[in-house]
Amino acid sequence: MDAQPVLEVVGAQLRFAGDTALADVDFRMFPGEVHSLMGENGAGKSTLIKAITGAIRLDAGSISVDGKTVSFATPAAAQRAGIRTVYQEIDLLPNLTVAENIMLGREPRKLGFIDWRATRLAAREAMRQVGLELDPDSLLSSHSLAVQQLVAIARAVSTELRILILDEPTSSLDQDEVAELFGVIRELKSRGVAILFVSHFLEQVYEICDRVTVLRNGSMVGEYLTTELLRIDLVQKMLGRDISELDTESRSTAPLPESDRRVVLSATEVGRAHRIQPTSVELLAGEVLGLAGLLGSGRTELARILSGVDPTETGRVVYEGKQRHFAEPREALAVGVAYSSEDRKHEGIIAELSVRENILLALQAEQGWVRRIARRRQDELTASWIEALDIRPANAEHPAGLLSGGNQQKVMLARLLAVAPRVLVLDEPTRGIDVGAKIEVQRVISDLAATGMSVVFISAELEEVLRVSDRILVLRDRRAVAELDPETLTVDMLLAIVAKADTDE
Amino acid sequence: MSAVTPAAETRFSSLRKLIQRRVSWLPVGAAVLILILMFVAGQSYFGRFLTPRLLSSLLVDNAYLVVLAAGMTFVILTGGIDLSVGAVMAFTGMLAAKLLSTGVPPGVVIPLMIVSGAVFGLIIGVLVNYFDVQPFIASLAGMFLARGLCFVVSLEAVQVKDTTVLGLQSVKLGTFEWYITPTGIIALLVIAIAAWVLGYTRFGRTVYAIGGNEQSARLMGLPVARTKVLVYVISGVCAGIAGLLFTAYTAAGYSLNGIGTELDTIASVVIGGTLLAGGSGYVIGSLIGVLVYGVIKVSITFLGADSSWTRITIGILLLVFVVVQRVLVARGSRR
Repeated sequence: MDAQPVLEVVGAQLRFAGDTALADVDFRMFPGEVHSLMGENGAGKSTLIKAITGAIRLDAGSISVDGKTVSFATPAAAQRAGIRTVYQEIDLLPNLTVAENIMLGREPRKLGFIDWRATRLAAREAMRQVGLELDPDSLLSSHSLAVQQLVAIARAVSTELRILILDEPTSSLDQDEVAELFGVIRELKSRGVAILFVSHFLEQVYEICDRVTVLRNGSMVGEYLTTELLRIDLVQKMLGRDISELDTESRSTAPLPESDRRVVLSATEVGRAHRIQPTSVELLAGEVLGLAGLLGSGRTELARILSGVDPTETGRVVYEGKQRHFAEPREALAVGVAYSSEDRKHEGIIAELSVRENILLALQAEQGWVRRIARRRQDELTASWIEALDIRPANAEHPAGLLSGGNQQKVMLARLLAVAPRVLVLDEPTRGIDVGAKIEVQRVISDLAATGMSVVFISAELEEVLRVSDRILVLRDRRAVAELDPETLTVDMLLAIVAKADTDE
Repeated sequence: MSAVTPAAETRFSSLRKLIQRRVSWLPVGAAVLILILMFVAGQSYFGRFLTPRLLSSLLVDNAYLVVLAAGMTFVILTGGIDLSVGAVMAFTGMLAAKLLSTGVPPGVVIPLMIVSGAVFGLIIGVLVNYFDVQPFIASLAGMFLARGLCFVVSLEAVQVKDTTVLGLQSVKLGTFEWYITPTGIIALLVIAIAAWVLGYTRFGRTVYAIGGNEQSARLMGLPVARTKVLVYVISGVCAGIAGLLFTAYTAAGYSLNGIGTELDTIASVVIGGTLLAGGSGYVIGSLIGVLVYGVIKVSITFLGADSSWTRITIGILLLVFVVVQRVLVARGSRR
């Protein structure tokens, strides 16, 4: 394309508290194209979007709009340059009317006061452009999420729009609603708006996008035309294969004898609306069950149901021969089902507390806060876990927030292991940690399984899933599509199954 | 739903449309209903309760509270709280009484009261917005500061003899039965201006937006910082005006005036239908809330019961309203 890009980011760099969020990323968008930004968790997609929309500032690198270098101090400044964003969690105001949500901050005024009649008219006009016909005076909260999303787009359309960023716009829409949204996107595209469409649904990316930029671990993998990029290549670029050369010992420990392999947990047709279709899965004692799939495939959602973090809406969960209804994680924990969140920063490590306090948190909670664990016992326990998992620095009083990602992960593992669970559900325990630490975490998981514990293991890296698991469940588009034996599988075969288009629909 | 006939469905949907549009007025309607019920109950129990004199005095006796509630509504709509208003009202009243007694003309004193109220509001607003202090803590500090300064001005009560200030309360316009004082007019004016600002200016709509979701308001490019500071300034200005009205009402400045008034104000605003979490409510509702408060106070006096029963009744009402609000909010967020 010879045209000048409407947006160009060159050499974007950003570090958060020692972690690299963006490393030398280039990105460009042309007028009248739909562009997708692809990558797994932590790839840097949202960071890049935030930089473009003025929500955060880059450490280095430049952003230019229409060839002119810009520096947005606030989202308002980016909006004045014609860059508008519609977020996944719709950033509108449920307590106000539809008309206000579209026009807020730009209401037509007469003698300094809002002219409500003109405001409603302008809102109607904006809605017409995205094919919406709503009562402008109805409250936003009275409409469905899909409609609210279109209202958010109407808000963007009602301005001088150059670049529209849609962040996971389809994650809570059904098929008809997606089709409607795509109609609006095509209409905007024909008017020369550049659209950034971020989604983890490959089908949709291939249907609507002209071009994709792939990010991985904060670095740029490349920019491709969707027509020239095979789906399997795209997935491979997203997931990467950095550590395939570093092939360490696969399952070093011998699995339990067949006779000991009883079913510990069995889930029948469990699911949640818009999250995961009804799925059945059994977990045996002493096995590692790998969940393979892309972000948004339902892998995390299934794990959360199995571990009682989110209750299932359909089917039932039978654990140790009894049907269970876990209302809260602590109920699951009490009977020995432990969950480690993918969101280490928000749902895991408490940065201000020491390593010792973090490790003993769950154990103390299980005992009840009244019966305090004696300090001597605390020190002994902590020391033994630090040694067993090789946490560094080996200092129990070190604030957990200052540890490296890998060591934070080990602290979280230690916390769960301290309560001696029967079932351990680990959601991306190796994300964002260095290769050495990854291999150690994998070793710990294998050792645990050898002692009879059942482990559910999620990772975006297929090699890792293959190496660690005894059995692999592949998820795609919120449903389980295959159950595989890793012995008979190669990474490329697994990749093909994970990335395959659903032709049978 | 297939059993519903088309005609019934349209009737149903137009009713639904009406409810959808007016759902945020429901709590105000509830407050009006409570007020009417109290009037009816009072009239049937006491006989001579609903007299023009009583209705007139309801506004006139609570004019300062009406003004405070108007300012507080802005703050609560953003999801904040201002505990300083009672003390600021006392301080500005004290300052005015002292200055007037030394011969400073009211033309200088009255603007000074309003400006000093605004300064307190500005300090709290800056603390809340730029230093990220919780509104509760920031305004608590403002409350202690203002209360302490009262004692600096004077330890004893200071009489006010200035006819301009006293006239605000003593001049009765209207008939012997139906009357209104300048303080009452000022209170109604403040309500009208506040309602207009909240409903018809971008600033006012930004106040609602912040209460709805501050992060979203910021992402929408609205001037969140400026607005958050301004609501506390408005509350401070209202406290200054309330100081004037209260001084006219009591004809004196006293350091211990208005202790607990901030809580009466908050109670009135909440009973008037404003969501403590912010984002929903109306100044008119706050006016109704104050009137409910006033009727309770008068009824307790009629009953000859101990005045602590006013607080007890208000407490129970408040509890009911807050629980109802929680239920409404929980239902809203389930969508």
